[in-house]
Amino acid sequence: MTPTLSITDQPIDIAAALAAVQTDAAGAVNSFIGTVRNQSGGRPVRRLHYESYDSMALTQLGHVVAQAYEKWPMLQEVAVVHRKGTLELGDVAVVVAVATPHRAESFAACQFIIDTLKQVVTIWKREEYEDGTEWVAAHP
Amino acid sequence: MSLKVALFGITREIVGTSVIELPAPAPTTVGELLAEMRRQYPALGELRSCAVAVNNEYASADMPLHTVDEIALIPPVAGG
Repeated sequence: MTPTLSITDQPIDIAAALAAVQTDAAGAVNSFIGTVRNQSGGRPVRRLHYESYDSMALTQLGHVVAQAYEKWPMLQEVAVVHRKGTLELGDVAVVVAVATPHRAESFAACQFIIDTLKQVVTIWKREEYEDGTEWVAAHP
Repeated sequence: MSLKVALFGITREIVGTSVIELPAPAPTTVGELLAEMRRQYPALGELRSCAVAVNNEYASADMPLHTVDEIALIPPVAGG
């Protein structure tokens, strides 16, 4: 039941993340895969640059997963892998995978983890456009 | 007492370095640190938010700071 948590500058191996949550006690594996989109608020995006405060990101990710285990005690295994560095369109930025006995909790726990990750995990995203770059969500 | 403050994302760009050292007498609480940083770098005050982390945890304004602490400014996060 030790979660697999990592921040990597290498392409994310989705199959490995899914394999990490495989357990005979689970009848459901749910995953979220975040990818790089070609526009943001109608503005074409060329690529993304992610920066991470790794030690804190992993600490906070651990808190998020611990909260998920509290909310869904039947939760079996969890894997979260986040990419950092420069990502091109279509690249995988994040994978969340959870395993639970039944499907309803797998959807709920997976959504909770990605939603909470976006609020507290210390990773920053700079969008690159044709005419410049901008740190996402930095300004009101 | 002096402090070292790690900077990430837009705060690193505003300050122009990834670590800033505040010489003695440095701020003694998280709230004082934020106020001092905003005084030196007014652009920090224009961010949607700016938290302070102490030893990898989000810290409240009244938390005391020590030279040995790992301190960082945390601008609005945008993972996922």
